[in-house]
Amino acid sequence: MTSHVLGDTRVLTGRSLTHILRSPDTIITTAVTPIALMLLFVYVLGGAINTGSDESYINYMLPGILLITVASGIAYTAYRLFLDMQGGIFERFQSMPIARSSVLWAHVLTSLVSNLVSVAIVIGVAFIMGFRTGASLGAWLGVAGILVLFTLALTWLAVVAGLSAKTVDGASAFSYPLIFLPFISSAFVPTDTMPAPVAWFAENQPVTSIVDTLRALFAQEPVGNEIWIALGWLVAILVGAYIWSVAIYRRKLS
Amino acid sequence: MNTDSNTDASRPAIQVRGIEKSFKDLHVLRGVDFDVKAGSIFALLGSNGAGKTTVVRILSTLLKADAGTATVSGFDVAAKPNDVRESISLTGQFAAVDEVLTGRENLVLVAKLRHLKNPGAIADELLARFSLTEAGGRRAGTYSGGMRRRLDISMSLIGNPPIIFLDEPTTGLDPQARIEVWQTVKKLAEGGTTVLLTTQYLDEAEQLADRIAILHKGTIIQNGTLAELKQLLPAAKVEYVEKQPSLEDVFLALVGETGETDAAVEPETAGKELR
Repeated sequence: MTSHVLGDTRVLTGRSLTHILRSPDTIITTAVTPIALMLLFVYVLGGAINTGSDESYINYMLPGILLITVASGIAYTAYRLFLDMQGGIFERFQSMPIARSSVLWAHVLTSLVSNLVSVAIVIGVAFIMGFRTGASLGAWLGVAGILVLFTLALTWLAVVAGLSAKTVDGASAFSYPLIFLPFISSAFVPTDTMPAPVAWFAENQPVTSIVDTLRALFAQEPVGNEIWIALGWLVAILVGAYIWSVAIYRRKLS
Repeated sequence: MNTDSNTDASRPAIQVRGIEKSFKDLHVLRGVDFDVKAGSIFALLGSNGAGKTTVVRILSTLLKADAGTATVSGFDVAAKPNDVRESISLTGQFAAVDEVLTGRENLVLVAKLRHLKNPGAIADELLARFSLTEAGGRRAGTYSGGMRRRLDISMSLIGNPPIIFLDEPTTGLDPQARIEVWQTVKKLAEGGTTVLLTTQYLDEAEQLADRIAILHKGTIIQNGTLAELKQLLPAAKVEYVEKQPSLEDVFLALVGETGETDAAVEPETAGKELR
């Protein structure tokens, strides 16, 4: 069976990408909220925020916006997985001689593709709004790598939600706290302006290290230790969520 | 068990022995036994909640039994699930079609997942066989109940699996669509496919099945041919009763028996064969 994993995953990924192509609104809605937030922060609130650096505010906040984009995009992954299980198609796949892990991987790869498209749209709008970076090709690859890891980590969390949800609303509701997390981080304001307990949380939660790393890469500054903390968080969430998903999936099948 | 077992005609296609299954405190199956002869139509008859779907889910490797053994095409469902999946196809209670894809894309998808060559040609052949050629380019979400069920069944036939499970194939269908499904099932069995179907409709079992097993409160309480089951009751008396048409006869006579399948071959005669 294992020899079919790649072929089956490719066929099933093609299927869910077709779903997205036929309802491109899922990509557009994913991009609209972060773009609206970007407009709000840059043109309304941003003028009053002192980031303590010479960077333009849009350069400061784009990393956080990109994380919000992914966090809202993965809700659709949970939603699509949940719908597959509600209808009979999931059982049809499971009763066929296909590699069972392909069913999950197809959703994960589709999530990666659609989220990266949304992220590219948001970055494009940011450029129009005045975002500038002198990032080298290497730095861009670093940004892409971290965003891919972040998407994969959150996607496997979405798989957990999609597999265990009882209702459609439940399948996507888990993403709200994830969308909110960047607000309590260094994404929009420096953490030292926050009250001590909040600042402590903000400084020690994964988003801050990821945002700081992305910001340093865009600004061509040394990433320092932050990148290792960020990678540590990302790999830990990715592995944890993956193991959790597989455990739930196995239980579903017995 | 060797791979020859699925070609051995004397061996039952499906063998179920002492299957038990509970969901928490609910004992759904309390020791189910039956055999299904290769190439026959076997009906599992029972009311809602009798455990029919649980039996089908166990036999199609979607669920593990708590106790007992089951072999499908000579393969143990617990020990050799992949071999079982190679020999079966499942059509569940709810038409398992991808609503976003077109009918043809659904068929191509399944053909590719069964690793067959020429998935496009297979899809076109099935669309023609199930009178769906014209609808093949439309999204399955726009199909009527009968069309979805036909697409669902045609997806199950891809790769010619020797054993097909049909879980309540006509629940929720109108009378014409129901007759279409019956015709399909008959043709399948004529072609040598073993069919296990579950139903809560007595007439469906009567029309289709070579053998009927009645599942009640988690066990098989009777298992036999229609004639054998009829003998369980006192011998028939001769009475003179005026032959009244049933409401189904009236309905079908009024709307015609062709249903949606105008393109089907001689639907008139095919419909009558079932009577």
